[in-house]
Amino acid sequence: MILRGRKIFSGKVSGMALVSKKPISFYGGVDPKTGIVGEKGHPLEGKCIAGKILIFPSGKGSTVGSYTIYRLKKNGKAPRAMVLKECEAIVAVGAILAEIPCIDKIKIEKIKDGSTIEVNADKAEVRI
Amino acid sequence: MQLTKEERAMLKGKHGKAAKKAMQILLALANIYNAKRLIPVKSVQIAGVSYHNLGDAGLELLEDLAKDARVRVLTTLNPAGMDLENWKALGISKSFAEKQKRVIEAFRKMGVTITCTCTPYLIGNLPLFNEHIAWSESSAVCFANSMLGARTNRESGFSSLASALTGKTPEYGLHLDKNRQAKVIVEVKAKLESVADFGALGKAIGDKIGNTIPLIKGVREADLEQLKSLCASIATFGGTALFHMEGITPNKTKVPRKKVYITKRDIEKAKKELSDRTEIDFIAIGCPHASLRELADIARVLKGKKVRKEFWIACARPIKKVADLMGYTEIIEKAGAKFACDTCMAVAPLKGRFTGMMTNSAKACFYGRGSNAFKVKIATLEECVREALK
Repeated sequence: MILRGRKIFSGKVSGMALVSKKPISFYGGVDPKTGIVGEKGHPLEGKCIAGKILIFPSGKGSTVGSYTIYRLKKNGKAPRAMVLKECEAIVAVGAILAEIPCIDKIKIEKIKDGSTIEVNADKAEVRI
Repeated sequence: MQLTKEERAMLKGKHGKAAKKAMQILLALANIYNAKRLIPVKSVQIAGVSYHNLGDAGLELLEDLAKDARVRVLTTLNPAGMDLENWKALGISKSFAEKQKRVIEAFRKMGVTITCTCTPYLIGNLPLFNEHIAWSESSAVCFANSMLGARTNRESGFSSLASALTGKTPEYGLHLDKNRQAKVIVEVKAKLESVADFGALGKAIGDKIGNTIPLIKGVREADLEQLKSLCASIATFGGTALFHMEGITPNKTKVPRKKVYITKRDIEKAKKELSDRTEIDFIAIGCPHASLRELADIARVLKGKKVRKEFWIACARPIKKVADLMGYTEIIEKAGAKFACDTCMAVAPLKGRFTGMMTNSAKACFYGRGSNAFKVKIATLEECVREALK
């Protein structure tokens, strides 16, 4: 199945989906050194986002989160791509700074956690 | 979206890597917020200057960009994490100071004016009525929109930098007339006297209506210091980027039907919520950064006295230079109070150094608790001085 959305930052990759049903706060919520989600009570708490295709509804929290995404990339701990329901400024700026393929306006509930998917941000498509 | 020839050239990288990245970011934001085009901005204010908030990632990014980034419009900076000259006396560590200096150097290389203040409008970055600007720093955004009638969204540190490097911002939100209309009348039924009272008003309104644009009625007079305090607090507690105040602010607005009241009890409740039970060992004035008149007032009340507690006055360096000329600085420093230029109690790394902070600023109470884990108390300037003399 192909899901279509809107391109935020270009690139084509495939990998394993890590799905969060809750928004993610990168600043304070994700450790930039390890890529592990630290937010207490978050559905992804304790999981590592490095190298995954991160699927989540939206970003939240401080705008400093954009810098955290950039820092994850520099440390080799960034997600391979980000797929969102609704991308806001924090994630958009982070994706562009870190050059991580990113698409939003995707029906993310169709994507299964742990499945292998392909993201083609240039065409604004997710293949599941 | 239609791009001009120059915008297309920037996007293609003909003006360097930094300008290309900046243009990509602005276009992504334009896309997200359904802007039809980019518009030129006259000035930029950049937040996210303190190394305390930026961390190594922010620092490295700024240094990377500084290789070929150049600002295209007047661009000023928010407070840094320390006084750039007098950091040692204020107890900042050497390792922090070195990183902070690198942040400032990266901005300087880009052509950013190294002002380091949250009140750029007091020292030469003064937007005019209807001028489009791209500012971050929520208190300054609210002041520029509300008091000056300039037009800006609440930018983040990075989106404002992107505007500085391109001279453009996406046209949406508060750049458009239709989004600048009041949605609720706030009738103030309380007598407001001090800067602390106006800070409490901002919290009371913010708590009640969130970021809805209000038309505030019932405030007969207010001065610059009270209004900059209100702007800071209404933005902190409500996320408000624009308000109208009958007889005081310059913007036109339709008069909404919905009405809420702020009573004396609301003001008292706000003040109570900004006052913890605590001993005070730190007094902080200057959030937003102190004006000339505030420095004159502080000098007047401190003259011939000796403070017995740590007492900081945060202000922009050029304002202090005038205080030097006027002899205020000598009086204030003789009394044992310290200037903290280029920085403030909200962005300096002060965690663990003090227990209880007294301040005349509602915003400083919020960030004192949040960033530095202080207990706080809001008070008038006179009460702050009385506490310092104990």
